[in-house]
Amino acid sequence: MIKTGAQIIVETLIEQGVTDVFSYPGGQVLHIYDALYEYQDKINHVLTAHEQGASHAADGYFRATGKTGVVISTSGPGATNLVTGIATAMLDSVPLIAITGNVPCSLIGKDSFQEIDIVGVTMPITKHNFFVNHIEDLADTIREAFRIARSGRPGPVLIDIPKDVQTAKYEFENCAPKPRIAMRKARDEEIDRAVALIKESKRPYIYLGGGAVGANISTEVQDLAEKIDAAIGCTLMGITAVPTSNPRFLGMQGMHGHYASTIAQDEADLIIALGVRFSDRATGNKARYAKNSKILHIDPDFAEINKNIPADEGIICDLHDAFLRIMEKITPASNPEWVSRVKELKAEELAKLESDEKLFKSQLSPRAAICMINQNKNADTPVVTDVGQHQMWAAQFCEFEKKRTFLSSGGLGTMGFGLGAAIGAQVGTGKRTILVTGDGSFGMNLNEVATAVKYNLPITIVVMNNGVLGMVRQWQTLFFNKHYSNTTLERKTDFVKLAEAFGAAGARATTPEELDAALKAAQGRSGPTIIDCVIDKDEFVLPMLPPGGSVDDIIVTKEELNLE
Amino acid sequence: MSKKFSLAVYVDNHFGVLSRVTGMFTRRGFNIDSLTVGETESPKYSRITITLSGDGYAKEQMLNQLRKLYPVKKLELLETEESVRRELCLIKMKHDPKTRADVMSAVEVFRAKVIDYGVEALSIEVTGEPSKIDAFVSVMKPYGILEMCRTGVVAMSRGSKCIKDKTDISSEIEEEVPVISENDQRDIF
Ligand SMILES: Cc1ncc(C[n+]2csc(CCOP(=O)(O)OP(=O)(O)O)c2C)c(N)n1
Ligand SMILES: [Mg+2]
Repeated sequence: MIKTGAQIIVETLIEQGVTDVFSYPGGQVLHIYDALYEYQDKINHVLTAHEQGASHAADGYFRATGKTGVVISTSGPGATNLVTGIATAMLDSVPLIAITGNVPCSLIGKDSFQEIDIVGVTMPITKHNFFVNHIEDLADTIREAFRIARSGRPGPVLIDIPKDVQTAKYEFENCAPKPRIAMRKARDEEIDRAVALIKESKRPYIYLGGGAVGANISTEVQDLAEKIDAAIGCTLMGITAVPTSNPRFLGMQGMHGHYASTIAQDEADLIIALGVRFSDRATGNKARYAKNSKILHIDPDFAEINKNIPADEGIICDLHDAFLRIMEKITPASNPEWVSRVKELKAEELAKLESDEKLFKSQLSPRAAICMINQNKNADTPVVTDVGQHQMWAAQFCEFEKKRTFLSSGGLGTMGFGLGAAIGAQVGTGKRTILVTGDGSFGMNLNEVATAVKYNLPITIVVMNNGVLGMVRQWQTLFFNKHYSNTTLERKTDFVKLAEAFGAAGARATTPEELDAALKAAQGRSGPTIIDCVIDKDEFVLPMLPPGGSVDDIIVTKEELNLE
Repeated sequence: MSKKFSLAVYVDNHFGVLSRVTGMFTRRGFNIDSLTVGETESPKYSRITITLSGDGYAKEQMLNQLRKLYPVKKLELLETEESVRRELCLIKMKHDPKTRADVMSAVEVFRAKVIDYGVEALSIEVTGEPSKIDAFVSVMKPYGILEMCRTGVVAMSRGSKCIKDKTDISSEIEEEVPVISENDQRDIF
């Protein structure tokens, strides 16, 4: 059937299984908006307050559901407002389809009104991007964009479509979504070498990254750990790859990782690394990282093996397939010494945590606040964070049963990610969503409260309000002689009144009991609630590997900080 | 150990592909010595020949990062010993009757060619291994080089193997392990 470019765009999105788009209108996407109007019973449009919010929403939509998120914006400023969201998706391997309108082909290159070379701008921060200047290529380009975004190691793809291509007419025929580009399967020899490494190991540590969450290997990983007495740890992105309740799970390792997890990784003789990239935040000083252990690195991205940390055995393959085949060949092996060492580390961690808790100044310690959140959520509640101390506390203390219930900007560390992502997660899952944010981060994109109110989205926003850019302040305390240069906010923003002004509900909590009550009240509402959760400005995220340091320099308790 | 080598990259013949490839090198901090682009035996592809130096790690990273670029369809590592390499250079010289004879004999020895001849200047074309060009340039220097332009290296593997017969990267990934490192002897193709 003959259709306009704009209709073809929306038809193709529907054909690819898209049910929701997050976007913001403008001059160069008016025709797409007209098509969205026409197809409104088939595709739900979420209008955000800012294109950045829309890009994070499309990203959060994927993180929570596994369904590719779509964001649409106009040319020029609309397109550049997507940049942070696209980069956030890129660094966390999130498939995101960004569609931008552009000026008509005849005006391209003339510095026309709102003309920006967004393909050039986003080249380094997309998996791939397209400029479509022929209507004949439009449908297939969009299909290919989805295929690229979803295949192998996922990533964002941007499609820039000039206005005249949106108005041009062309024959359109629906077709089924293309299968993903097949991932390489591990060779038998590789599986054998991996199995041999595992059999040799007396102190195995399974290390899960974001890739492991996507690969659907939760059960297999836990089975393997059971069979070989392995400890399990993860990166920030690997949280929810296995339930936190698994007794062998030690949590996140790295710069602000759990003591037991970081130490166990260091003492292990084999790190079975699945879908990780050994980022500097996770490894600390690379020269001293994993010096006692061999590394078995399995990842679908061939450029990851040996990039940051050399692997003793690197297998580029489909994680799921490789894991099933490894499992077939593994015979149970008990490593009682390792098991008891890991138990000991866990006990040590708990003891340190509890003695340290006494030193916390606030009535409401960060850990107590997160524990309250744990008590007021379900197994399928998405918990979204922003970036800063509150993010690390959530990563450390939140409990998770199901995969894709923890959403956090890991690679880019984007303050302002949270609220948009929470909107995406809520729309995608239909579940009440909890956002743990900081007063600094919330300030970046709090305009999206308007969006949550407009669509009456049940989002509980917990602002861990310490009055400071806490994470930066922590560094200033430790490494800059307490020169608190521009990290004290002194804003006097009243988050309860702010909530009211937006048409949301607001509450303040200064004790665990008040927080509990506020969380329960929020659950009773259909729309968003902002909880101003007051904490002390001088709390620390611990443990900490100081920058450039390694596990030998780990600081676990406040006492060890030697403050004052 | 840093070593010079070349990469032959077959890319989709689309606009923007060159900046995608060069952008990757810049972003990852790899320095390119020379880069040439041109048509191939197939209108579908352009060929980029990149010459650079790096150790085993850099080489592995470059190959792998190149493979990740969507328009990169075929890729071949051309080690100096296993490839033929050529470069062309045009040099405009001051035309001085006092040095003409010396210039001309150098042209002869290097099997270069005079391609423009005027009262004040003459232009020379020289082709060969990059090292031969280097040598010719240094011989010419004292006679007064007015302008010079080098094409950069084009290179091809020796023997009957052809890059066009290699499987496309997208299907190759399924079959072959594209990892090479100092201690890994697996053939990358
Ligand atoms: C967009 C952006 N700008 C700056 C930073 C640097 N940064 C990292 S954490 C942080 C402070 C965050 O403050 P807040 O949101 O209040 O969280 P807190 O650490 O106080 O819990 C800053 C400024 C960043 N990560 N992202
Ligand atoms: Mg703060």
